[in-house]
Amino acid sequence: MINIFKIICSIIFLLAGTLQVTSAEKVDFLKTDWSFKGLFGKFDRGSLQRGYQVYTEVCSSCHSMKYVSYRNLFEPGGPEFSKEQAKAIAASFEVTDGPNSDGEMFVRPAKLSDKFVMPYENVKAAQAANGGAYPPDMSVLAKARSGGVDYIYSLLLGYEDAPNGVILDDGVYYNKYMYGNNIKMAEPLSDGLIEYSDGTTASKEQMSKDVTTFLMWAAEPHLESRHKMGFKAILYLIVLTILVYFSMKKIWSRIESEV
Amino acid sequence: MSDHEYVPKSKFGKWFNDRLPLLSLASHLTDYPTPKNLNYWWTFGGILTFCLITQIVTGLTLAMHYIAHADMAFESVEHIMRDVNYGWLIRYIHANGASMFFLAVYIHIFRSLFYGSYKSPREIIWIIGIIIYLLMMAAAFMGYVLPWGQMSFWGATVITNLFSAIPLVGEGIVNWLWGGYSVDNPTLTRFFTLHYLIPFLILGLVVLHIWALHVPGNNNPVGIDIKKPSKDTVPFHPYIVIKDGFALLMFMIVFAFFVFYSPNILGHADNYIEANPMVTPAHIVPEWYLLPFYAILRSVPDKLMGVVAMLSAILILAALPWLDTSKIRSAVFRPLYKQFYWILVVDVLVLGYVGAMPAEGLYLLIARVATAYYFIHFLIILPVLGFKEKTTPLPLSITEPVLGGTPMASAMKKKESLN
Repeated sequence: MINIFKIICSIIFLLAGTLQVTSAEKVDFLKTDWSFKGLFGKFDRGSLQRGYQVYTEVCSSCHSMKYVSYRNLFEPGGPEFSKEQAKAIAASFEVTDGPNSDGEMFVRPAKLSDKFVMPYENVKAAQAANGGAYPPDMSVLAKARSGGVDYIYSLLLGYEDAPNGVILDDGVYYNKYMYGNNIKMAEPLSDGLIEYSDGTTASKEQMSKDVTTFLMWAAEPHLESRHKMGFKAILYLIVLTILVYFSMKKIWSRIESEV
Repeated sequence: MSDHEYVPKSKFGKWFNDRLPLLSLASHLTDYPTPKNLNYWWTFGGILTFCLITQIVTGLTLAMHYIAHADMAFESVEHIMRDVNYGWLIRYIHANGASMFFLAVYIHIFRSLFYGSYKSPREIIWIIGIIIYLLMMAAAFMGYVLPWGQMSFWGATVITNLFSAIPLVGEGIVNWLWGGYSVDNPTLTRFFTLHYLIPFLILGLVVLHIWALHVPGNNNPVGIDIKKPSKDTVPFHPYIVIKDGFALLMFMIVFAFFVFYSPNILGHADNYIEANPMVTPAHIVPEWYLLPFYAILRSVPDKLMGVVAMLSAILILAALPWLDTSKIRSAVFRPLYKQFYWILVVDVLVLGYVGAMPAEGLYLLIARVATAYYFIHFLIILPVLGFKEKTTPLPLSITEPVLGGTPMASAMKKKESLN
């Protein structure tokens, strides 16, 4: 009996830490099925490609994604555009390079090896264009908010009219899921805002889900290989543990004591 | 040590061993007589060695790709996560390895508390252990600063500011620690240097910890002295090696679940936001394994006294061999101590919980009561208990039951077979 108690206590130790993360925000986020959760979780390619379209047509006018490169768009485990598509996407952006042999900076089309081009020159420029608020870089955003993808998905769908008595400043909007409920970003998505190239109906929910999936991939580009390797590693460990267990029983049977 | 003399068989072996007795050492380590009734709570020493080596190997690899500069640290971590081959794996093992290390060390410490392993003649092992634990906390804290996220920056600010509580020289010390007037690039580079150094200090102390252990030999769940070697002992290899190996594999399965399936659950989301001295996070919380001490720190209204209380909470452990006046080691034969032991376990868990909560209202009250109890346990209950407590009879040896076979002894036997 006391042994069980001991084990439970040790587990509580571990949970004590995780609890703080989960109980910090008491808001119930909107739930949706994420294909990338669970032991065999994988990204939905279609959703990632659509999510990229939402990001590039809507979000990227304000939000940078400075740690992601154009080559990532065709690499395995991501949206998996063809290499030609990724090249074409890159070429549609311009980057400043240089200096050349004359000592001059020059503008050229982006290459696969370039990082995503940023919408603003620097943080100050971004703030100046957005009423003092800095639109956060989206590279790791899905990991940088407690609640993660559920939070982002809920936030995108959480715009409402401010309740009676709540007075909002100019350029501030009311969002059910935002910390403090005040957000400086106007509602970014509305039904039919964009036209998906694969013909999917661009409802607000669909776009929110797709772009959130895309953000998760951007934050965790090796998620699929992590899940794949994790399954193999744990299976291997379990088999090895069973083998070692029986070896141990055999070895200890030489003396009369129990293990 | 005092075991039988080892003589190498080959001529070269003998020649070498006479000059550097490595073969004698290897023979001592394999033959080392270990009590045969050790339960699984004794496997955490081996697990901790594994944790230390894992942290050093992954840490060295990360250091090859990491850039200790305030402008580049965050980006270099993302570079590791995205572009370095298996960089994500190495970093997640290292980050979760720290938590696993502390999980194991807490079990190891509480095992020692339950079975009285800190008592004579093992005081030095215990004190070295406490120093290792202190160094682990320093290494973990500095390691958490290196990714240069929001929690890194603000955690470093809060903890280094504790030194400003020292009268007269406090401010000067803080500026000296920072290498400037706030946490900045000089702070990051020195923390990186120290974070690289400390694991090797720990490694050296671990050698001493094991050396000191091999002089009296292991304590055991019954807590009585046993003759070594005798029929109460088994050679370390293969009996303990395979058992430690089995326990280690079980531990690695748990470890792997964290690394592969929830690598960020033990961290704080804010640490994926690059450090920004202009924006303070809503709640600054340390990593889970430091929370009980954080709760003690915040439960004292005065800053200096809070720091003193927090440090005392750790250092008091070093005096434990003398604070516990009972001659009986194992809690199995101490009915009262056993109860107080479990109250202490709950007390520390409560402290950990309130450490994660805002220091206000009921949480603050609970933190204060729990802090007071923590000190009462060590300073009043333990010394008094040694004189007042009526202990149950000890067996003569691990294999032989108590003379007359009291019910307690048979209960103990049963408990052991459960283990």
